Amino acid sequence: MSGSVLVVLMAPGGTIDRPSLEALTLAAALASAHGAPLEALVVADPAAAPSIAAGLGPPAVATALVVDHPTLTLGHPDGWAAVLAQLIEARGPIAVVGSGTERGNDLLARLGARKDLPLAANCIAVEPAGERYRVTRQRWAGSLLEDAWLDAPVKLLTVAPNTVTPADPSALASGAASMETIAPTLSDADLAVHVTSREAPERGGISLADAKVVVGGGRGVGSGEGFGDLEELAGLLGGAVGGSRVVTSAGWRPHADQIGQTGLRIAPDIYIACGISGAIQHIVGCKAAKHILAINTDADAPIMGVADYAVIGDLHAVLPAISAEIRRRGGARA
Amino acid sequence: MNILVCVKRVPATGGRIVLTPDGMDIDVRYLGFTISPHEECAVEEAVRIVEAHGGTSAVLTLGPAIAEEQLRDAMAIGIDRAILLETDGRDWDPVATAGAIVESIRAQEAADGPFDLILFGNESADSGGFQVGIRTAAALGRPTVTGVKALAPGDGSVVARREAAGGGWESFELPLPAVVTVKEGINLPRYPSVPGRLRARKKEIERSTPEWRSGGPEKIVLRLPKEERTAAQIIGQGPDAAPAVVDLLVKIGVVDG
Repeated sequence: MSGSVLVVLMAPGGTIDRPSLEALTLAAALASAHGAPLEALVVADPAAAPSIAAGLGPPAVATALVVDHPTLTLGHPDGWAAVLAQLIEARGPIAVVGSGTERGNDLLARLGARKDLPLAANCIAVEPAGERYRVTRQRWAGSLLEDAWLDAPVKLLTVAPNTVTPADPSALASGAASMETIAPTLSDADLAVHVTSREAPERGGISLADAKVVVGGGRGVGSGEGFGDLEELAGLLGGAVGGSRVVTSAGWRPHADQIGQTGLRIAPDIYIACGISGAIQHIVGCKAAKHILAINTDADAPIMGVADYAVIGDLHAVLPAISAEIRRRGGARA
Repeated sequence: MNILVCVKRVPATGGRIVLTPDGMDIDVRYLGFTISPHEECAVEEAVRIVEAHGGTSAVLTLGPAIAEEQLRDAMAIGIDRAILLETDGRDWDPVATAGAIVESIRAQEAADGPFDLILFGNESADSGGFQVGIRTAAALGRPTVTGVKALAPGDGSVVARREAAGGGWESFELPLPAVVTVKEGINLPRYPSVPGRLRARKKEIERSTPEWRSGGPEKIVLRLPKEERTAAQIIGQGPDAAPAVVDLLVKIGVVDG
């Protein structure tokens, strides 16, 4: 087998995002297993790409690839798929590795569709085995793992976020990679799907994604009004309120507040799970919390298997008592 | 506007997953089944678009004969007709699934004219391949956007809005016909009415049996990830636990002690 391993590094905000650095770790190990060089395609706005590429170097990255095209932007998903398809045709890589984010999976799926190649999405481990790869990939957002064969002339895979140690950007800059500018030929069809308008993020409040303390409610909260007790505690702790899928499906909270497989993944210092039984759909969204405290009437609820601490009792009695105790001690953060 | 929604029947897993002894599947003996969550919202979105703009809607699934249940669930909230691509119950990989869906769409469009809009879920809850919608769009030569949380149909086009990678929102205007994959949160699906359920029970389902194929990746075995946490330490009962909880919050550093 000849050729390189090609990693796709996405830099939507002008620096390489963390899931791409995780993909880089796995791609570098794969390149080394093949004894092949690692090439990196920088997916960024044209103005930012050369300086990002200049920060890449050995031992991990042998060649950094930057695209020069008059109209291609980050808002052209098929355009980047066409760039990757042309790189496959021109350079014959063994594998193309991307990040298992929404955009990373989107891009590699578009590439797979163009080149009629299978894609293994959200892998956590890869091992070359003869002509094939044996991959371990996530199902059910990581609640279940699948070992699978990936057998194709070019292996396409993405790396599940937060499963591999990210490459250290400062270690990458130890020596400059050779930088190559590529000039793809893109058709009108390649550029037809494009972002036509953007809206800036809304400001104000503590976002659920970034809060250090999250108070979450489930079916046990009982109603939308029942969230008052959770709001009060979150307010005292300078935290945010979220909920399980049951809660957003019932309309008690907006969908933006959902923690779980089809909502947000959070990683606060503490997650206080109130009246939440602990369906796997919810657990995959909160298990990255440093500490989990469950407040539940049922000492045998599945949440007890993932929580570090538990209070057995009715959340509508326990939460006001906690809020009162914080006030009594004068310890509120807000 | 004529809309097709593609859905997948998945187990409602609840608190924990149990595998069959050979590790090839989830033990579903005690589980209910549902339409994968993003696709439930795709079904609701199709019904709403037809209610607002006129047209017809259809739902399609590739799955075992009993996936008829999920097709009837979709018809119970207002989808007009249903297509079942019946399998013997084995998992189809994403390449094979997209291939069978494309064949069915081509056959239906040859008979009844084009679907203006084909909706998928962003990814299935169970296998999470993130690609069947994109592969279908590519094979049909239609534009596609993934992860969509708002759809606004216009005259000959649709505006699809999704969360941008760095926060905020980005929109795409796609000429029709188009393929869109949606995410939960685009709407809040309604519950089916009793008359809706009765109507759905009587409707014919269009069945065909696509030939088994494989395109990869090929499943070897399933396994459960190692559990990192141990059972919770119970720090109190009822409101009397409040001082112990606040001590814990002080220790963790989220309350001033």
